[in-house]
Amino acid sequence: MDKIKALLRRKEVLSIAALSLLLLFNVFFTPGFFSLELKEGHFYGSLIDVLKRGAPLMFMAIGMTFVIATGSTDISVGSVAAIAGAVAAQMIGGDFSATAGTAASSLTPLPLAIGAALLTATLCGVWNGFLVSYLGVQALIATLMLQVAGRGIAQLVTRGNVITMYYKPFFEFGTGYFLGLPICIYVVLAVALIAYLFSKKTSYGLFLESSGSNRSSTRYAGIKVQTMIWIAFAISGLMAGIAGVLIASEVKAADANNAGLNYELDAILAVVLGGNSMKGGRFSLAGSLIGALLVQALTTTIYMKGVPAQTILVVKAVVVILVGIIQTTNYRKLLARFVKKQPSEAFEVGK
Amino acid sequence: MKSLQKRRMPAFVYRNITFLVAVFLFIVFFGLGSALFTNFFSLQVFCNLLIDNSYLLIAAIGSTMVVIIGGIDLSVGAVIAFCNMALTYMLSIMKMPIIPAIMIVLCIGSLFGMLHGWLVTFKGFQPFIATLAGQFIARGACYLITVDTIFVDNPLIVKIAIFKFRFFGSFISIGAALALVMIIVFQIVADNTQFGRNVYAVGGNEQSANLMGLPVRRTKFLTYTLSGFLSAVASLAFMLYVLSATGTHGDGLHLDAVASAVIGGALTSGGVGLIAGTLFGVLTQGTIRTMITFQGTLSSWWAKIATAFLLLLFILIQRAIVTNRERSRVAKKVEVIDPVPAAETQGVG
Repeated sequence: MDKIKALLRRKEVLSIAALSLLLLFNVFFTPGFFSLELKEGHFYGSLIDVLKRGAPLMFMAIGMTFVIATGSTDISVGSVAAIAGAVAAQMIGGDFSATAGTAASSLTPLPLAIGAALLTATLCGVWNGFLVSYLGVQALIATLMLQVAGRGIAQLVTRGNVITMYYKPFFEFGTGYFLGLPICIYVVLAVALIAYLFSKKTSYGLFLESSGSNRSSTRYAGIKVQTMIWIAFAISGLMAGIAGVLIASEVKAADANNAGLNYELDAILAVVLGGNSMKGGRFSLAGSLIGALLVQALTTTIYMKGVPAQTILVVKAVVVILVGIIQTTNYRKLLARFVKKQPSEAFEVGK
Repeated sequence: MKSLQKRRMPAFVYRNITFLVAVFLFIVFFGLGSALFTNFFSLQVFCNLLIDNSYLLIAAIGSTMVVIIGGIDLSVGAVIAFCNMALTYMLSIMKMPIIPAIMIVLCIGSLFGMLHGWLVTFKGFQPFIATLAGQFIARGACYLITVDTIFVDNPLIVKIAIFKFRFFGSFISIGAALALVMIIVFQIVADNTQFGRNVYAVGGNEQSANLMGLPVRRTKFLTYTLSGFLSAVASLAFMLYVLSATGTHGDGLHLDAVASAVIGGALTSGGVGLIAGTLFGVLTQGTIRTMITFQGTLSSWWAKIATAFLLLLFILIQRAIVTNRERSRVAKKVEVIDPVPAAETQGVG
């Protein structure tokens, strides 16, 4: 019984419950949501679709988790993704001509192109982190600048065009399959595992949580809070970069205006739905990933129900507001009272 | 004491240094434009700045108030787009009379503001989450009305839209005149009413405002409501300017509005700012955009990069001024403490 209570107190419970509820809804009301087909050794179906389409969001959610753990926010992720996609596309080459990249060749070697894209994205994150942690600019204002200027920079890289790519190996990341499942899912898992190990097996995760929950006491404990925040923003930039390359590889083009558009709210929503507090402090990467899946499952459900696609913005905003209200009304206390019939504070303080 | 005062700038300059920097910068940019391009230096170019940015001016007043109170409003662009869409739809498709349609739109804007205010004040939301959610609701609602571009065909509105106030061989539109009136009205409101002073007090230090017995919650709620209302007013000027409505209108306008407030001297940490400064914030941005238009070969997204860069520059200037002031305050304290003999303080300790 104690184990169940401990389990119920975990951050991820609410998001798993919500995801289950949504899937249950789909069992009854969305025919064909759970059908899986095996075609030419690939699995097809809505569930795979949720995983595949949710992959960019999951990358951003991982990065956003680190930033939100410091009590800041990064609303430039969508634009950084656009920049990364633009850099990758520019280096691989778009026009179907002899000089530019073709189906078999690319202007620069693929690892170099992707590496450059990720490096650029990381630099964007480093820039945000520099403004926030060293110059003391509010995170929102600092990232707002990059959010708006970032699309301009992406336009600058693509010279105002939508670059369509033809280089086949690059598409593997976004559209390829391995053992019946999309390759990007394996990449998500690998990156999530690295991020998890980085936050749990190095001292960074602990220092980060400490910086997020109490900045002054952390500083007095001799931890460089500024560096912790800086690293968090750099990670967020890198993750947005991976997402941007993935999006470019999936749509086989780099669109400076629309790549990663409106992703920032999705990423924040995913992190918050995962049970993480906007105020910073303790965080759960698994929760954020489940939150991202929940957001994507919600989107796919809305599409499959035939509701006008534009409503998705309204629905997401309403979900944000509801989740926020639920968080402020302290559902945990309510839940604890419901399970235990007595307040749980004493227990937590004792711990 | 005298030497201290001598070293200091005049009180007006000291208090409004960021505002004066904004005015100076506007003059520099306008001068630069005049030097670089022929026909730039004219009253009409200046009037066009007001005409082209009339809606931004009105919306930026609300944003400035919200920044002064220590928050941020990311919803202005989307709320303007939605109000404009609703108004155009009511006038052109539903053929409603003008006055009720305008009333409804003003109510819609205020309702958005009230939603933000309620979430921020009573539900403990971070301002940007609440207004980002509002932005998405307004944007989505836009597309729910129609995904097409619709046009204003009400003859009276068209007549109002092309009406010109002529003076000295130049002219401004009704929207620009409305914006100027709003600036003057809200400068007076901010300076001379209880509400205005409460906004500064709450933005400066919420806790001490609360301890002083000021209605902190009511002031915050009203400020967000005001910002929503002003977005609706801005949508009127916007409709007169574009005479059409589509869902993507006003994209990224929230940065322009916040940037105008910050360039005009509002501190992002709250408590400091001038509505008249916002006028110059908008004018400076408008000058940059006009210069890009005059130049002819640069793409419009350079304007966005320039705005962001300008915003960065001003935030850095603000940081420098604030840090400098804190340092001088600390130095002053040291001056006062120093005369007390060291032994005495030790004895007290």
